[in-house]
Amino acid sequence: MSVNTTPMPPERLLQLDDVHVHFSMREGLVRAVNGVSYHVDRGEVLGIVGESGSGKSVTARAIMRLLSKNAIEAGGRIRFRPEPGKEVEISSLPRDGRQVRELRGGHIGMIFQEPMTALSPVHSIGTQIMRTVMLHRRVGKEAARARAIELLERVQLPKPTEMIERYPHQLSGGMRQRAMIALALSCDPALLIADEPTTALDVTTEAQILELLKSLQAEMGMAIVFITHNFGVVADIADRVAVMYLGRIAETGSVDDIFYQPKHPYTRALLQSIPRLGQAPVRRLKTIPGMVPDPFNAPAGCAFHPRCAYAVPGRCDTLVPEVSLFPGDQSARCHLAGELPEEAL
Amino acid sequence: MVGYITKRALWAIPTLVFVSFISFVIIQLPPGDYITAYAAQLRHGGEYLTEAQEAAMRQQYGLNDPILVQYWRWISNILFRGDFGHSLEWNAPVSSLIWERLGLTLAISTLSMVFTWIIAIPVGVYAATRQYSLFDYLFTVFGFLGKGIPDFLLALILMWLGFTWLNMDVGGLLSPRYESAPWTFDKVLNLLSHLWIPVVVLATGGAAGLIRVMRANMLDEMGKPYVETAYAQGLSERQVVWGYPVRVALNPFISTVGWALPALFSGDVITAVVLNLPTTGPLLLQALKMQDMYLAGSFILILSVFTVVGTLVSDVLLAWSDPRIRYA
Amino acid sequence: MAIETLEAPATEAAPGREEQLYTAKPWTLIWWRFRQHRLAVASLVFLVLLCVAAIFADFISPYTPSSIDRLNTFSPPRAVHLFHEGAFKGPFVYALKRTRDPETARVTYEADREEILPIRLFVHGEPYRFLGLVPTDLHLFGVDHRRQRINLLGTDSLGRDLFTRLLYGARVTLSAGLVGVAFSFVIGLALGAVSGYYGGWLDAGIQRLMEFIRSIPTIPLWMGLAAALPIAWDPLFVYVLITIILSLIGWTHLARVVRGRFFSLKTEDYVLAARLAGASEYRVITKHMLPAMTSYIIAAMTLAVPEMILGETALSFLGLGLRPPVVSWGVLLQEAQNLRTISLAPWLLAPGAAVVLVVLSFNFMGDGLRDAADPYGR
Repeated sequence: MSVNTTPMPPERLLQLDDVHVHFSMREGLVRAVNGVSYHVDRGEVLGIVGESGSGKSVTARAIMRLLSKNAIEAGGRIRFRPEPGKEVEISSLPRDGRQVRELRGGHIGMIFQEPMTALSPVHSIGTQIMRTVMLHRRVGKEAARARAIELLERVQLPKPTEMIERYPHQLSGGMRQRAMIALALSCDPALLIADEPTTALDVTTEAQILELLKSLQAEMGMAIVFITHNFGVVADIADRVAVMYLGRIAETGSVDDIFYQPKHPYTRALLQSIPRLGQAPVRRLKTIPGMVPDPFNAPAGCAFHPRCAYAVPGRCDTLVPEVSLFPGDQSARCHLAGELPEEAL
Repeated sequence: MVGYITKRALWAIPTLVFVSFISFVIIQLPPGDYITAYAAQLRHGGEYLTEAQEAAMRQQYGLNDPILVQYWRWISNILFRGDFGHSLEWNAPVSSLIWERLGLTLAISTLSMVFTWIIAIPVGVYAATRQYSLFDYLFTVFGFLGKGIPDFLLALILMWLGFTWLNMDVGGLLSPRYESAPWTFDKVLNLLSHLWIPVVVLATGGAAGLIRVMRANMLDEMGKPYVETAYAQGLSERQVVWGYPVRVALNPFISTVGWALPALFSGDVITAVVLNLPTTGPLLLQALKMQDMYLAGSFILILSVFTVVGTLVSDVLLAWSDPRIRYA
Repeated sequence: MAIETLEAPATEAAPGREEQLYTAKPWTLIWWRFRQHRLAVASLVFLVLLCVAAIFADFISPYTPSSIDRLNTFSPPRAVHLFHEGAFKGPFVYALKRTRDPETARVTYEADREEILPIRLFVHGEPYRFLGLVPTDLHLFGVDHRRQRINLLGTDSLGRDLFTRLLYGARVTLSAGLVGVAFSFVIGLALGAVSGYYGGWLDAGIQRLMEFIRSIPTIPLWMGLAAALPIAWDPLFVYVLITIILSLIGWTHLARVVRGRFFSLKTEDYVLAARLAGASEYRVITKHMLPAMTSYIIAAMTLAVPEMILGETALSFLGLGLRPPVVSWGVLLQEAQNLRTISLAPWLLAPGAAVVLVVLSFNFMGDGLRDAADPYGR
């Protein structure tokens, strides 16, 4: 493994280099994250797309050092710049140590998938926000309360002064997710990790939450790592996209590059499986043949080769492809990247 | 919240009526009545009651009336006059016999309950956060033993150990020489040296079960997403564990307080018989064996009323601690 | 995380075995899962052995439960030896010398290291009826001596052999537990099923009733009911009534389990499908719902047995349950009620140890069954 040791460029906020996370289970070792590298610049929105089990959430938890106890952080480097001129190597800090705890909630906020259960059922919304504010800002109760009201107003919850007394079970799913966002943003973090924040919501609420996140991002200027399995959501919110498959980044690039010039067959296949407006109505939607492989025995070579329409026998099923770089900061991990036949999307 | 508590309180009323009726019926069950038993006792001492005398006594105590009438007389006297009837065996008003003993039962039970909680909560939480550690296994074994050993056997064993190995004076609440002595520091020490056995006996059974409940609740709660949220806020492990999952895991715990009371009273009755404590147990046993109906019935009634009230209190506590119930 | 929850079904996943796993019948699956619970399996073996010993108690025990030996009161348990002065002699016990302390007049026993009594198999001893039918005097083991006896667990105040009495007591105590559970099973299943299947006011009513019963402290209630049984009645009748009393209070737990299962099964699609196909209510319950919950019911019943045994023991111990000459573990423990006796003859607590072992075994087995009851669950 060659770990990138070059210093981070000044605009860089977060950089992951060759991160590995394994889970040791009775049935064997699961390489959930198998050499992931990506970066986020200040104020940028990075969308991470992948199927269930592709390792996108595990990577996010590796950044927060929130992996479960049976996880093995098997290597790689995670660097973070909480404020200009200050650099922290998160991956080398003790887990649950003071420095990591300062980052969590203080500099990196996180929103979870299940607004129903991600908030404590026995504390009021206000209490939960105030606790975080008091912890990181070292302010008194009154100031924390004022901050909580301000935050609830920001996430456009009605009657924030009443809302802080409410308990999660009294709110709807969308309202809870708004409260969750307020909690994650309570200390003006430089980075917000949103782990499928809209998956559990209905489509209308999803659109509202996305609008809210976009406006908050414009207003507060934090960077967002937006994890989802929905390409449409990514197109809506992200500046850049990373596509993950079985613990690796298949392809990264700007939203336009990914959508209009995908270099990886997996990205291409994913895009072809989405219905689009203005598309010739007669064609059937394409599906990706096969299933996501069993994580205990990931295929040799390129993990995608058994399902890939372009796979070259003797090459794709033996050699792990290297990353090929393309103009405009686009890169793909495929032997055939750049050589794929043109095809109508 | 007020609505919820009112509802629970209203439900308690039919329960109380039912419980009081059951207490009364139990005492009415045995064939024959107190007079039969009394006559038998007299015969044992060489005296005899004539048929007429027996009939007169039955008339005097109203033992010939229909059961509902007898029940009504009994319960209305208790409610309106605090008169629990007359203990035929002790030839004294029941109320003069029971309150002191009930007080002691309540005191020992409460003490045991507090003791149980002080042990069970931290141990359960710790065992859950260090699942499969040596500590966890140790208390799993303790939990099973506590469940398997009957109260009276534990009392016997502790009494025996205390007597043979620690040379202690066991049984009763006070050594004979302190019984009528004024309260001094020594007397308190003596009381404590007697009190530990019943408290340990009662607390062990309860704690064993509660540790398992608390551990299981905690393991459930610690896997929930809100715990991860709390960690993601930057709270330390101790702040997270005690601030979030413990708070939630305590709720089912609180709701069992009411049910812990019947178990404690049951345990107290039998432990007290073994240890010869001046609580309700021995007197209740004696009363039942003698079919001294007013005394036995009053005991069963009052112990049941305590548990109904205890359940109500735990409902209120639960509403206070769990907003999901408070605002339901 | 999908990866974390992905669980391959079999643990010892040999390739052929996986195939078996998909085709195995539910009971085979339950048995496989139960077998992984080592403590539960050990408990099962122990309980089966104990039940066999209880059934053949009259043959296995060297004496009869009521045979009194006035010269052998409170004699301590005898250790079984194999070697005498370094030489292998087969299993034997030393003879016991009885001496009286001249000052305190207390009888003490001492092993006589000179005289060895070999343990013989199939000896002729006190006559009895095998299983209550065949008259015989054959005992599994014993010693061949006119005066000396073999008391593996010592003797009580009348010189009766505690080991013998323990085995005979196991009959009563274990069967009281099982019969009590059978009674409460009938009540619990009926009321639980009605409550869970029909719901509504019936359910509310039954729930109330269960709450009533649970809010009364059990021991005083048991005591109250048991005290109502006249002393003069036939011991067998008293025994049946006591088990009924125990089950009158013990059924609530079973009913709760049954009701809970019914509630969750009622909404299952296959039950709806059966109903849409026109199956009668009786058929839906007996053919479609009950089979899906048998394993749960068995587990709950196993966990209810120790409650019954503890209840019987406690009542008999207090003198309100079974009474001599019936021999049950609770009755045996009555002898160990006061401190003086225990310090003189601590082996009288042996029935207590037996209660603890049996209660623990039932608990372990019940836990194992409960885990195994859902073979497709985690």
